[in-house]
Amino acid sequence: MGPVTTAPASLEVSGLAFAYPDGHQALFGVDFTVARGERVALLGPNGAGKTTLVLHLNGILSGGAGTVTVAGLPVGRKHMAEIRQRVGIVFQDPDDQLFMPTVREDVAFGPAAAGLKGVELERRVRTALERVGMADFADRPPHHLSFGQRRRVAVATVLAMEPEILVLDEPSSNLDPASRRELADVLRSLDVTVLMVTHDLPYALELCPRALILSDGVIAADGPTGELLGDDALMRAHRLELPFGFDPRSVTMGA
Amino acid sequence: MGAGHAHRLYRHGHSPVHALPPHTKLAAAFAFVVVVVSTPREATWAFALYAALLAAVAAAARVPAGFVLRRLLIEVPFVAFAVLMPFVAEGERVDVLGLSLSVDGLWGAWNVLAKGTLGVAASVLLAATTELRELLLGLQRLRLPPLLVQIASFMIRYGDVITDEMRRMRIARESRGFEARGLRHWGVLAKSAGALFIRSYERGERVHLAMVSRGYAGSMPVIDEVTASRAQWSYALALPCAALVVCLLGWVL
Repeated sequence: MGPVTTAPASLEVSGLAFAYPDGHQALFGVDFTVARGERVALLGPNGAGKTTLVLHLNGILSGGAGTVTVAGLPVGRKHMAEIRQRVGIVFQDPDDQLFMPTVREDVAFGPAAAGLKGVELERRVRTALERVGMADFADRPPHHLSFGQRRRVAVATVLAMEPEILVLDEPSSNLDPASRRELADVLRSLDVTVLMVTHDLPYALELCPRALILSDGVIAADGPTGELLGDDALMRAHRLELPFGFDPRSVTMGA
Repeated sequence: MGAGHAHRLYRHGHSPVHALPPHTKLAAAFAFVVVVVSTPREATWAFALYAALLAAVAAAARVPAGFVLRRLLIEVPFVAFAVLMPFVAEGERVDVLGLSLSVDGLWGAWNVLAKGTLGVAASVLLAATTELRELLLGLQRLRLPPLLVQIASFMIRYGDVITDEMRRMRIARESRGFEARGLRHWGVLAKSAGALFIRSYERGERVHLAMVSRGYAGSMPVIDEVTASRAQWSYALALPCAALVVCLLGWVL
């Protein structure tokens, strides 16, 4: 998918640097752009600063140098509500994300906080749950669902806000192969911009044509996912390892 | 609502009592308890009438008597001390089966027992006909401070998650050969409890993060508006109103 030049990029990060209050510096000047409709994987070893970066995208963390712009809108105190509606973050543990007593109410939480009510709210909830194939579970409490189902509901809670960009933190973690594939099908069927933070490299290759490598707080590489994964020296330098027996060059990608 | 997830106090059904909006039922149960408590204890017949009123509600809700009676057992530890009152109270005494009992104490015990039982029975009926989730909506509707309602709803949502965490910690302890046997092992248990607290606290922080990410700014958005018609209110309030009549009679006679 080529970048669309007419619309502003979904996400623009430039010169982003951040140090935690205890002095630990996590980001040292991060620059990248994600065009509208792209699916991009953000790869990196543990401790590379991936989560820190994600928390900057909707303004939970701020105060360092650099800027983040979402669809032309700078992330900052002034537009916080708007930004949080545009950037949908799906956190790693669905139990953290799903905090309401029923699935329906959880999915309704975001849009309702934005002031939506009644029929329009119902419609949003139903559409979001249908997009992840969970419409039949609307009245169930989240803790009675399987882990894979919970992860899909977590995606729906964010989709209900009709975000500009969907940010997924380790979407495939703890999923069995079937749930993994179901989630991949869901993600492929969505027409939103996706930034997927992961160290599940085959999953990144399957879903994202483009990948970024974040290592030691900077973007160390940016290119087609297949090429990056095929570059042994690059991979080794950033502690990224492919699963045993997996050769990215032998994978033929579908359309 | 959904299948197979209801709290065990709840009894699934489609009776007219089940169908009443939760806040009317809450208000009715609360008013009923207040009326019962303010009845003079000497009006023993009044308490029998209250029990009959509750039995009528149970019949309307199609909750079997056995179900209510079994759940009434919960009050046993609370009323146990009522049994002691006739023995320890001061004042005029009376002989029953060779035991010397205080008249005042007997009245006191009766008072606690009767009012306690009626109050618990009313709560059991409320819980049996109203889902937890609905109770929260009802409390919200009755203008309980939103923070309290939020805390209660998080308790319901995360109770299971934390119990599960506790269970995993216990399994991890036992897998490494630990068994809590005596006083010496309390230290380990205390540390586990501490670790559980910290884990829960950290989860709380992550949940808050997820809420803020979806636009939470201090108050829960209202998702389900519960409303009650005048007819539903009068239907629900029939119970406390009938009880009030009995109570007034109790004071007059």
